[in-house]
Amino acid sequence: MGRYVIRRLLQMVPVFLGTTFLIFAMVHVLGDPVAAMFGDRTPDPATAAAIRHDLGLDLPLWQQYLNYLGDIVQGDFGKAFNGQPVTELMGTAFPVTLKLTLVAIVFEAVIGVALGMISGLRPGGFADNGALAFTLLIISVPTFVTGYLLQYLLGVKWGVINVSVSSETGIGELLIPGLVVAGVSLAYVTRLTRTSVAENMRTDYLRTAVAKGLPRRRVVGVHLMRNSLIPVVTFVGADIGSLMAGAIITERIFNIHGVGFQLYNGVLRQNVQTVVGFVTVLVLVFLLANLLVDLLYAVLDPRIRYA
Amino acid sequence: MRGAKSAKWVAAAIVVATAATACGSSDDSSGSGGGGGGNVVRASWADPQNPLEPANTNEVQGGKVLDMIFEGLKVYNPKTGAAEDAMAESIDSKDQQNFTIKVKDGYKFSDGTAVTAKSYVDAWNYGALVTNKQNSSYFFSDIKGYDEVHPADETSKPSAKTMSGLKLVDDSTFTVALKTKASTWPERLGYKAFAPLPEMFFTDHAAYLAKPVGNGPYKVDSYTKGTGLKLSVNENYGGESKPANDGVELKVYTDNNTAYNDLQAGNIDLVDDIPAAQLGNAESDLQGRFINQPAGIIQTVSFPLYKGEWNKPGMEKVRQGLSMAIDREAITKQIFQGSRTPASDLTSPAIGVDGGFKEGLAGDTVKYDPAKAKALITEGGGIPGGKFTISSNADTGSHKDWIDAVCNSINKTMGDNVCTANMVGTFGDFRNQVVNEKIDGLFRTGWQMDYPLIENFITPLYTTNGSSNDAKYSNPKVDQLVAQANAEPDTKKAISLFQDAERQVIADMPIIPLWYQNGTAGYSDRVENVQLNPFSVPVFTDITVK
Repeated sequence: MGRYVIRRLLQMVPVFLGTTFLIFAMVHVLGDPVAAMFGDRTPDPATAAAIRHDLGLDLPLWQQYLNYLGDIVQGDFGKAFNGQPVTELMGTAFPVTLKLTLVAIVFEAVIGVALGMISGLRPGGFADNGALAFTLLIISVPTFVTGYLLQYLLGVKWGVINVSVSSETGIGELLIPGLVVAGVSLAYVTRLTRTSVAENMRTDYLRTAVAKGLPRRRVVGVHLMRNSLIPVVTFVGADIGSLMAGAIITERIFNIHGVGFQLYNGVLRQNVQTVVGFVTVLVLVFLLANLLVDLLYAVLDPRIRYA
Repeated sequence: MRGAKSAKWVAAAIVVATAATACGSSDDSSGSGGGGGGNVVRASWADPQNPLEPANTNEVQGGKVLDMIFEGLKVYNPKTGAAEDAMAESIDSKDQQNFTIKVKDGYKFSDGTAVTAKSYVDAWNYGALVTNKQNSSYFFSDIKGYDEVHPADETSKPSAKTMSGLKLVDDSTFTVALKTKASTWPERLGYKAFAPLPEMFFTDHAAYLAKPVGNGPYKVDSYTKGTGLKLSVNENYGGESKPANDGVELKVYTDNNTAYNDLQAGNIDLVDDIPAAQLGNAESDLQGRFINQPAGIIQTVSFPLYKGEWNKPGMEKVRQGLSMAIDREAITKQIFQGSRTPASDLTSPAIGVDGGFKEGLAGDTVKYDPAKAKALITEGGGIPGGKFTISSNADTGSHKDWIDAVCNSINKTMGDNVCTANMVGTFGDFRNQVVNEKIDGLFRTGWQMDYPLIENFITPLYTTNGSSNDAKYSNPKVDQLVAQANAEPDTKKAISLFQDAERQVIADMPIIPLWYQNGTAGYSDRVENVQLNPFSVPVFTDITVK
């Protein structure tokens, strides 16, 4: 198992190199960012050339990439256009987004699994149909609609929550944004849990467990849950990565200055350093989340072993 | 037990994961430090694009802060736009080319150091030197010796560090020698690129960037990049515009819809960029606490005069015809909800009649008249190639909507599909194509004034080799009128000469004037006396808090 983890960690090196280069090249293809810094005004060629030279944009792409990699190894992710080091931006943005993601994950895991269990234990019942309708509704309404709607009703109309999240970003303020982020995934978790619970209810080992007179709590809580949660864990694990990157819309609506905000600014201003730096870290998060999911399988299902 | 052993590895992987993602998580706690008093105006803001250096700020968000923390030799009257002496005791010239500037004594920066003539000379030399990469350095290009510190050729190095045209006489006096005569030059000195800079700007630049120091009505208390900026009253300020409140708190919003919602919920006092979708109902939502007035911005569409087919004799008729084929009234109402005003000259109402604005100067050439438009286009030889595109960038400002509307109006006039939109992915790419003359059809251009004077709307845009003459328009008659206007000591006569040049440009129609952009703002019932200056920036010093 130890060797397996090390091998997986080593596999990340080529993936890391490949993704950074791809993103680097893609942002590069967007064109020369210097002209945009002057607004509608024609840039004065001498100043533009000086800025280009300063950012290393006058070098060929491969050389720019190598320089960038060399800097990253030394912990230098470059600078954003306003002169702030990208590592500083990451230092403020990632904790904020991490908090939001955790709130969202807790929502989707707790509510999603609970709803899924309730409907899965009595398929076709009232609760099952109710959950089906509820999840359908959530999946079909886009995130920005739920976001703006909740913000307007709870924030502007009734004044229950703050319209925008303050710079301290307390957990309490993140509850509603977290719910909005979790929305669609929550619905999927419900569906997944329901299907897998309903399926496992009909399995032999569960019938055996009931037959040997185990209390219902143990049958459901240990035998049924543990097996039914495997697909759910896969989904939630993979979702950590996409939630961190995909909260751009929600972060904008609630004015949360996290990863989405920085990425959006970086893309808009074509700042290679910001975009590549943030995406690189996100790629790492994805890879590690996947590794965790794979390892969790072994915990949940003793039949799975890694060598 | 197998499970427990696996769990150990899960834990180990989590440690690696958190260690990897937390790299560079250095917490800087510069967010603390509050302003005094409770009457603080809370306003929306967006992250400025460049560091807050006066000669390196060319957009409104950074300019907003510079307006509060700096006061130059002149200031522009928020109502009329007229340039009035502020830090300048006097600005004299006998020949409109050599100026003697006397600085008022006894003024200080917020760090306690004195504002002297040297503060200006050093600041201007810094702004002009090419190696400092200040993107407003062209402001100093009229001063003698600019070409030595800022060679036009991108490969050559500067041969001097300071401009020969700037001379320090004593602590409160300096002289400026210009390359050519420019009677209206002193009027430009209200622009923040000409602001004085404290000694520490040059000695400890990093400290300046972290917490800018200026000589304006407010001083910076704390600046957390990407989050906000807190300003309080500068006790060292001795000028005329003393703040009527205790300070200003600027809060960064990513989405102006959120800022607008926060305004409605009463969490913020001032939003100076009302989202387009809300313009229709802002008046009633905010119960009249809504401002919608012309800003110093004119939107235009330029012809590619660098292409022979658009520049042949007779084509001016086609260009004028296309201008008359656009129904500006309908488009500004339907697409922009009245937040644009159809243009009738090449300047902006924001500069006022004294600044050179003349309503109706463009006459019939900007009036919607399909029959005449079609006749003119046919008379001029028709549209080159039978059809054309209007290009713009797609990433900001929903330009496609109005370009489609403009094309629609032209197509209806011509009774044929001659005009289509051509959207370029990013603003940077679009501007590159424009600058490098890569665009074959028409393209969007706009001009946001630097100072409220007709000169700023004509010289950079329509003189031969003008710094932002994207259409590559050239007419010796215009050049000559502009030179004459610059040499004219009497401002009134100078303005009328600029207007003559403007008439000639309209006759040639290298660009189609579309509309003046309005500045919008909404405010809460907690504040009063909110107004926008000609640059669409709120006049913070006048705002009172109830």
